[in-house]
Amino acid sequence: MAFEKVLIANRGEIAARIARSAKALGLRTVAVYSEADAGAAHLATCDEAVAIGGLSTAESYLDQEKILEACRVSGAQAVHPGYGFLAENADFARRCHDARIVFVGPPVEAIALMGNKAEAKRRMVQAGVPCVPGYQGHDQSDAVLREHAAEIGYPLMVKAAAGGGGRGMRLVTSAAGLDAALQSARSEARNAFGSDELILERAVLHARHVEVQVMADGHGHVIHLGERDCSAQRRHQKVIEEAPCSVMTESLRAAMGHAAVQAAQSIGYMGAGTVEFLLAEDGQFYFLEMNTRIQVEHPVTELVTGLDLVAWQLRVAAGEKLTVSQEQVTLQGWAMEARLYAEDPFDGFVPQTGTVLDVRWPQGEGIRVDQALAAGMAVTPYYDPMLAKVIAWGPDRDAARRRLLHALEDAAVLGVGTNRAFLQALLRHPVFVAGKATTDWIDGQLMLDPPRRPEASEVLWALAAVLFHVRRAAALPLAPGLRYWCSALDMDAPIKLSCRERIEPLRIRAVSPNVFQVSRGEQCDAVQEVATIRLLAPGHAGVISFADGAGHRNTVHAAWETSEVLHLAATGFEGSFRDVLMLSPAQRGGTASGHCMAPMAGKILAVKVEPGARVKKGQALCIIEAMKMEMEVPSPIDGVVQEVLVQPGLQVKPRTLMVRIEPAGQEAA
Amino acid sequence: MMEPFESTVDVTSETYRRQREGMLDLVAQVRSLEARVRAASAKARPKFDARQQILPRERVARLLDHGAPFLELATLAGYRQDEDDPDKTIPGGGSIIGIGYVSGVRCIIVASDSGITAAARPGGQKAVRAQHIALQSRLPLINLVESGGANLRDYQMEHFVYGGEMFYNMARLSAAGVPVISTVHGNCTAGGAYIPGMSDYVIMVRGRGKAFLAGPPLVKAATGEDADEQSLGGAEMHATISGLAEYLAEDDADAIRLTREVMASLDWGRSVAEPGHADEPLYDPDELCGVVPLDYRRPYDMREVAARIADGSRWSDFKPLYGADMVCLRAKVGGYACGFIGNNGPITPNGATKCAQFIQLCCQTNTPLVFLQNTTGYVVGTDPEQGGMIKHGSKMIQAVSNATVPRITFNIGASFGAGNYGMCGRAYKPHFLFAWPNARMNVMGGEQAATTMSIVVEASMKRRGMEMDPGMLAAMKQEIVDLFNRQEDALYATARGLDDGIIDPRDTRRVLTYVLSICAEAAGRSMHPNTFGVARL
Repeated sequence: MAFEKVLIANRGEIAARIARSAKALGLRTVAVYSEADAGAAHLATCDEAVAIGGLSTAESYLDQEKILEACRVSGAQAVHPGYGFLAENADFARRCHDARIVFVGPPVEAIALMGNKAEAKRRMVQAGVPCVPGYQGHDQSDAVLREHAAEIGYPLMVKAAAGGGGRGMRLVTSAAGLDAALQSARSEARNAFGSDELILERAVLHARHVEVQVMADGHGHVIHLGERDCSAQRRHQKVIEEAPCSVMTESLRAAMGHAAVQAAQSIGYMGAGTVEFLLAEDGQFYFLEMNTRIQVEHPVTELVTGLDLVAWQLRVAAGEKLTVSQEQVTLQGWAMEARLYAEDPFDGFVPQTGTVLDVRWPQGEGIRVDQALAAGMAVTPYYDPMLAKVIAWGPDRDAARRRLLHALEDAAVLGVGTNRAFLQALLRHPVFVAGKATTDWIDGQLMLDPPRRPEASEVLWALAAVLFHVRRAAALPLAPGLRYWCSALDMDAPIKLSCRERIEPLRIRAVSPNVFQVSRGEQCDAVQEVATIRLLAPGHAGVISFADGAGHRNTVHAAWETSEVLHLAATGFEGSFRDVLMLSPAQRGGTASGHCMAPMAGKILAVKVEPGARVKKGQALCIIEAMKMEMEVPSPIDGVVQEVLVQPGLQVKPRTLMVRIEPAGQEAA
Repeated sequence: MMEPFESTVDVTSETYRRQREGMLDLVAQVRSLEARVRAASAKARPKFDARQQILPRERVARLLDHGAPFLELATLAGYRQDEDDPDKTIPGGGSIIGIGYVSGVRCIIVASDSGITAAARPGGQKAVRAQHIALQSRLPLINLVESGGANLRDYQMEHFVYGGEMFYNMARLSAAGVPVISTVHGNCTAGGAYIPGMSDYVIMVRGRGKAFLAGPPLVKAATGEDADEQSLGGAEMHATISGLAEYLAEDDADAIRLTREVMASLDWGRSVAEPGHADEPLYDPDELCGVVPLDYRRPYDMREVAARIADGSRWSDFKPLYGADMVCLRAKVGGYACGFIGNNGPITPNGATKCAQFIQLCCQTNTPLVFLQNTTGYVVGTDPEQGGMIKHGSKMIQAVSNATVPRITFNIGASFGAGNYGMCGRAYKPHFLFAWPNARMNVMGGEQAATTMSIVVEASMKRRGMEMDPGMLAAMKQEIVDLFNRQEDALYATARGLDDGIIDPRDTRRVLTYVLSICAEAAGRSMHPNTFGVARL
């Protein structure tokens, strides 16, 4: 190989993924890490790791100088950028070449060209690749855009030319909404990509997102590796991807594959790339954009083709010939991937942060998990909320789907809320089961009757109570025979567990050191049996095996955030339980105070009220940016703003007091 | 390594089965009485709900650490003293006392069982006993107070006078360096007001907790002043104006939270490490219900009992060939060394001297003593008298009385005559005294008493040249038998506070491990006494 040490300019699961293939090829691997990632699990997957400092991405993984310096320090002769960050930054690729460091990716020109949607589209039209009718001109004045919009017709899409991943993208259904969409897309694009150039496209409704994986070497050989269907998207963020696509035919695959190869060839492409298309209901397909990097969802292609895409990226970058011919590419069975995000799918998909207390990954035939999580790691607002990818292969679509579903049921990330239950609901949904998902399915039809948050079962409540009891008993230095013992008639230990909005007064009686009767009742006099729990092994954390009174056995995963907060993950449930029995009246009162606190760590983007303003409950007080999302923070009560303690630009921690409101009716006369 | 004991009890035998059934029936009787008390108290739930209070037993349940042991004491005190009908009496003495853990601290709890009607709530005998234990075993004391108020029609002068001991003890506890926390859930009127007054820490419940030397009626009677309860002695007043209360709780639940918080803040902690590994007995302690005959007249080897209590069922048998009626064993229980003293029948002169010597040896090595009472007393007759029974018995009583180590007594069969004294009965102030439900206690057997009486009466009649009518004599004898027998059983003794409670025999090892650890902790704790007790200035 032309290099023997590669620096992976990325983090998380993709850094771990790249390291795996690089090591298999006999390469030394170098990780980089920001200040926020000092405890991250991807570091251990590489031979060495270089600290690049910084909390924000701009100060770390996006800082080209620091990455290049890390190459010099470590002696890495190649850089694999992964996805995101510097992966599609032509300037960075150029600087690598200048520094005689191999950039594992396409030529600078290809990146630059595909990095601008407008330019890319102009080139694709030229190359004869089918494109969605639209406007991708240089004149960006509102008047010109308005004019072209009218010509294209509604509904249409406004997209950031430099964009990707759904940012700076707006669907406009009528002329009335255009101005607002232009304004907000521009602002988001400027913030995210440093360019506010927009393109307009006719919105192809009820289309599928089907993308074709291509691989090219530096010797003019280009092949495609079949398609991926990524139609299950929420707000343009892919949620579930699969290969192949359920409505694909041989001829359509050949046509799309040909178009993709053509697109790559027309720009002198090299390495792994993805050509994204919209596949309309009528079977027509349109070029959307080309991603000049490894994709998040590349594993599904790997599982059906048997090829290691990352290894080929590295080999091609080292000048090797791609020895796989188009004829040799065959698709075996079906693969499906689910993206596990740190977000609350049942509360507006609010990003979740916190410390990972414990993780458990599924195992089994055809299961692959790409991840870099470990207990003790912080999930911060600084990076993308994707925690891991769970991928399943099966001989046919339904087998792959069921395997993925069960793998997700068995997975557990404790301490940080995830979209696991939402993914399960998608995988069980008749539309998805039938292979009929289109890009508007989740945001449209599904959200009319959105999946509900799974509730903890009675047995799970009982188990939670038992685990509290066992942990508390274990905390005391007692002779085993004295634990749980009452010399007179037994007394139940009272506990009051809360999990989200529900509060259960429960009582626990140890029948033996591993059998517990749990009943429900506010006081000792009136109790009603809930469940009998037999712990099959001692302990109150980790994998808990237990049986209920009928001998029905099951396992859940348990981890403690503090001695008073227990996180449980079961097949369909994840959540935390807290004992509120001993809360002070102020804590248990639960009446909303006029203190508006930051719901998570993030940056204040805007403050929408001033002292003296009269506000209604639910009215937005400020906007906070966290995990790439802009969120409104609502007023907890009706009242009058007394004090505003934050200003735009301020980085806040969770529970930072932001606005103080005097409750209505109590303001000084 | 000492050889373990080899039991000769056949646990598959018919005798064993019958004995076990009999004992379990007796245990069930105790449990059903305890259940009756709890049900009686819980009947007040609507009243408590209306006042937004929680039931007394619930207060205790919430106060205690989860999973920690709770040694509840004297659960059947007062049995048949409120009401002679055994099916109607509500024992318990109107209070819940026990040794448990609060915020990781072992302490003794005294809770007014205010759900019980006033009639079944005699004076503070249990509370005073709890204070003695607190002082002796250096256990912080928590009072959960809700006085029902004295019924003026039941006034007895001596109760008033002796009732003062409660406050005397509180002063002594404070001075000795044993913290006392009182949580006032309800009324503390007149004398009761000194419970918070004498406590180191007072928590009062807003709206419900009250303390005044004289309530509004007495103030009216004494001075003519129309005073309202809250300004006279409400919790808020005491927390803000008089300074009697350190903490103001919003309600009962909050008061329990504050009590736990105060206990945690004392950092009382533990002063001695738990012993390391302790072997379980080779013979299951559960068998204690079947290995002994219920009838104390049938003798058995006390080692069969010890084998189901001691670690590894092993010990060093002291002088097994001398004074065989007295079984003296050095053993460990739950890792704590102790000296067992048990009876294999009436105490002989040799048995008495052996016992006295063993007590002194245990004092020499600072080894706590455990008495397993099962004796009908010291032997009588010419031989024993000539053998110095009085002198040797006296030495034994003297050794027991003056022993410098913790003494724990179990009446597991019979505790008769001076045997009760020599085997560390209640008057000898053992640290703890428990009874099995089959236990009997008497100065002598009813039959012997009756026969003694009839012989004396007949002799006296004869001297006066009269003949005793056999019918009358039989009636007289029966009267004596009844008188003695009525006072002999375990419930009678526990009703009068002559023990710290009846325990399930199967719990004996647990109880002993627990109280030995209490004694060890007390011995290992350095105290910081002061001269006058802590004053609320």
